[in-house]
Amino acid sequence: MTLILENVSKSVAGQTHIHPTDLTLDPSTMNVLLGPTLAGKTTLMRLMAGLDKPDTGRIVWRGEDVTGMRVQDRGVAMVYQQFINYPAMNVRDNIASPLKLKGASRAEVDRRVSEVAEMMRLTPFLDRRPLELSGGQQQRCALARALVKDAGLVLLDEPLANLDYKLREELRAEIPRIFAESGAIFVYATTEPEEALLLGGNTAALWEGRITQFGPTPDVYRRPVDATTARVFSDPPMNFLAMEKRDGEILFGDNHRAPATGTLAALADGHYTAGFRPNHLELERTEGDPIGFHTRLKVTELTGSETFVHLDHHGEDWVGLIHGVRDLTPGADITAWLAPRHVYVFARDGGLVAQAPYAEAA
Amino acid sequence: MKTRNEKAWFLVLPVLILVAFSAVIPLMTVVNYSVQDTFGNNVFFWNGIAWFEEILTSERIHAALGRQFLFSAIILAIEIPLGVFIALNMPKKGVWASVCLVLMALPLLIPWNVVGTIWQIFGRVDIGLLGRTLDTLGIDYNYTSNVIDAWVTVVVMDVWHWTSLVALLAYAGLQSIPEAYYQAAKIDQASRWAVFRYIELPKMAGVLMIAILLRFMDSFMIYTEPFVVTGGGPGNATTFLSIDLVKMALGQFDLGPAAAFSIMYFLVILLISWVFYTVMTNLDKRDGV
Amino acid sequence: MARITLDNLAHSYLDAPKREDDWALKQLDHVWEDGMAYALLGASGCGKSTLLNIISGLLRPSRGRILFGDRDVTEAETAERNIAQVFQFPVVYDTMSVRDNLAFPLKNRGNDPAYIARRVDEIARMIGMEAELDRKARGLTADAKQKISLGRGMVREDVNALLFDEPLTVIDPHMKWELRTQLKELHRTFGHTMIYVTHDQTEALTFADRVAVMHDGRVVQIGTPEELFEAPEHTFVGYFIGSPGMNLLPASVAGQEARVDGHAVALPGGYDAFDGEVGVRPEFVRLEAGGTGLPVRVTRVEDVGRHRIVRAEDGGGRPVNAILPEGAPLPEGADRAVFEPRGIHIYRDGWRVAPDGAAA
Repeated sequence: MTLILENVSKSVAGQTHIHPTDLTLDPSTMNVLLGPTLAGKTTLMRLMAGLDKPDTGRIVWRGEDVTGMRVQDRGVAMVYQQFINYPAMNVRDNIASPLKLKGASRAEVDRRVSEVAEMMRLTPFLDRRPLELSGGQQQRCALARALVKDAGLVLLDEPLANLDYKLREELRAEIPRIFAESGAIFVYATTEPEEALLLGGNTAALWEGRITQFGPTPDVYRRPVDATTARVFSDPPMNFLAMEKRDGEILFGDNHRAPATGTLAALADGHYTAGFRPNHLELERTEGDPIGFHTRLKVTELTGSETFVHLDHHGEDWVGLIHGVRDLTPGADITAWLAPRHVYVFARDGGLVAQAPYAEAA
Repeated sequence: MKTRNEKAWFLVLPVLILVAFSAVIPLMTVVNYSVQDTFGNNVFFWNGIAWFEEILTSERIHAALGRQFLFSAIILAIEIPLGVFIALNMPKKGVWASVCLVLMALPLLIPWNVVGTIWQIFGRVDIGLLGRTLDTLGIDYNYTSNVIDAWVTVVVMDVWHWTSLVALLAYAGLQSIPEAYYQAAKIDQASRWAVFRYIELPKMAGVLMIAILLRFMDSFMIYTEPFVVTGGGPGNATTFLSIDLVKMALGQFDLGPAAAFSIMYFLVILLISWVFYTVMTNLDKRDGV
Repeated sequence: MARITLDNLAHSYLDAPKREDDWALKQLDHVWEDGMAYALLGASGCGKSTLLNIISGLLRPSRGRILFGDRDVTEAETAERNIAQVFQFPVVYDTMSVRDNLAFPLKNRGNDPAYIARRVDEIARMIGMEAELDRKARGLTADAKQKISLGRGMVREDVNALLFDEPLTVIDPHMKWELRTQLKELHRTFGHTMIYVTHDQTEALTFADRVAVMHDGRVVQIGTPEELFEAPEHTFVGYFIGSPGMNLLPASVAGQEARVDGHAVALPGGYDAFDGEVGVRPEFVRLEAGGTGLPVRVTRVEDVGRHRIVRAEDGGGRPVNAILPEGAPLPEGADRAVFEPRGIHIYRDGWRVAPDGAAA
């Protein structure tokens, strides 16, 4: 029940959508494809499903080479961003449709439909038509149809993108539960880092047609292998700082310098890009020998319990997520503090040089 | 796992056979005729491209081609703007939208020869409603003897028959424009003309291209209606290419020239449609950059 | 620019509404102060878009009046109201260049060409699209198109209000930050009255000075993000704002104590005796092993990066969620939930009751 992509690539009309990619998805895992629009998430899913044929490489599914095999013969289920149901059938018939196509017995159909409907909390709506349901219920119906198929591979292409924030939050919490009960390989495409974190499992970060990193979700989040992955897997976006290490000091901005401590001390002299997450920026000097940065406050945003500060650090745009509600004046000069243990160090080409010490400890 | 089977291809077989008999074989026959001559008795001999030369230099064919272009140009110039105008003024939803759609579809459902017959009678000065009315009003109208009257009749008939198609296509294009565009235009205080020019027309461009192409091809091949109404007259005033072709093939039994004629006719339509299509799609692309 | 007053406003899409449910927008009286940034927050179908369309003049209210400053505009056409609106899906004039798109509202008003050129350059600089000014709008990315829509809204200096109808729906998360910050800065620079409709609490809270939470055709609470977070006036606000929302547990309240499932929870103030609900945000819940807290069973821990969400259930299977800061450990064998007193609120029939029995 393993899905293996070997050296798979795909171009359309001279444009590379997927560069040669290797990926192995183990049975009974949740796998998130995380990347911005046009990163290649949908293309990759279509290749996995068999809706498209790869230009190179092969796809092995349950030990069998399925490259070029039609989607009908593969036993996959797919759910899209749009709520796709049969509008003329009621929810019961919608869910039953894959079973009927398979030729399951009536009793079997009834049993499976009520089982899945219960799991998806659709039992009260079985006799309604999809268009009489709310968006969340419609998408649950589409999910139920995918699940009832008992497909070994369930592909979800941004299934919650068209739903209200609150509904999304609720379904997000439900999907891992449903997934745990089904035992299939789930592949879930999303643009939102927070969604990936909530779903858990494994995450493949995608950027411009390449998988930059694949591994357990918290690992990819805390231990990115390069600046691209870190950028893809950070919302609010990761902050970057161009710096130079020289004679036991780091130099940044307009000739500012700070002693190189922690992992920074071990760096060879040269130019680097430091990266850190917004929630690690502080407005007070805290413990851990923080480095102070002179910044100008552009805008603040309050969430009720937290404050986002948008800072300008010598032309670099930074975001800080500060605990509590702060009353700050835009335009003011502000010193922002950052503990070296929260700093990722990347080479100028983006490759990781030193992991943030806090992440190594986590 | 199911094995893949290809039985479905057998279902396509009847169509393939039908197309072979109805299109491919007759076409080959035509090609055959176009390069041979006969003096009857089914005896044929090789004639090379002589028929093609004759057709290309024939004054009669040139005249018919000229009339054909004029006719297509006139009906496109009338039907496209008129169709768009009607589409813009059709109700967007509700009962009246349905009523309009049905009324618009009616002319499209009438067979060509019936359309011809309707107008042939309608326009007659002795018994036709239109002919009699015009006559009573003191307008000297007679499509059987006056060239202009004959043209007007044929053009009006085509406009009556086919403007609906353009209107329906344009209407479909308009329906796909999200309400937000109109709202934004209101907020921007755009004039009615600006809404048409910058929102409606660009969104209709795709379907209008199809409408123009369809109407061009159809009008370029028109036969039945003018044949029924005017029979190509008075004189040769409404003898379009296809009417001329039939006269040549069936009236005079000049099979060779007629065959060469139809092949060139076919190529002309193909060429013009292709040019049309390429120019239009390129216009579309150029906008994107 | 102007103050916008909604006076006794209500709307139904039916010709003859009879029942309460027939009204998409129930009774509404409110004043939108000049120069403030407001958000209308609510789920699909709560009436927020109806309200926005009434303000913009795309919809005539069934009842009530709407005033811009002192002028009654209830019957005025959209164009007369001098407002700008940005829609959910980017509306750009595809065949025009970016420059012409931005200039369009000014040209339609017959402004002086020199002024138009200057103003368009100014706006293009603000939305960061100077480099694309002369290309056609067609084929641009969704966020670039949305920037153009935004720019077209800002280009007129005399607009009474800028309205946004879920403008960031089709935008990628990273671009959302950029566009939202830009919006904030524009608001700070120009001080337009802005009304922003969304179902996304983060967008609403971060954008607005005041957020109106709507539910079922009514505004349930209007307040600063802080007020909505710290003292939700209605259980719906508690649930809808915060991620996860407020924990709500049925309880018998009396004096300084509430009994939840038979367990005593100390309250921050005194109350009359009644049956209601205890509400406490996950941010104010601490999980401990043993002790005097409410007995709970931890079902799942979600690592969201900057913090962890601990999902637990009380004896009755009701969810009790807690938020743990990044790096903070979950005590081994945690089975008690302790509520921080300052985070505890009491609700009766859905509405918050202030301590000492005084209605909130």
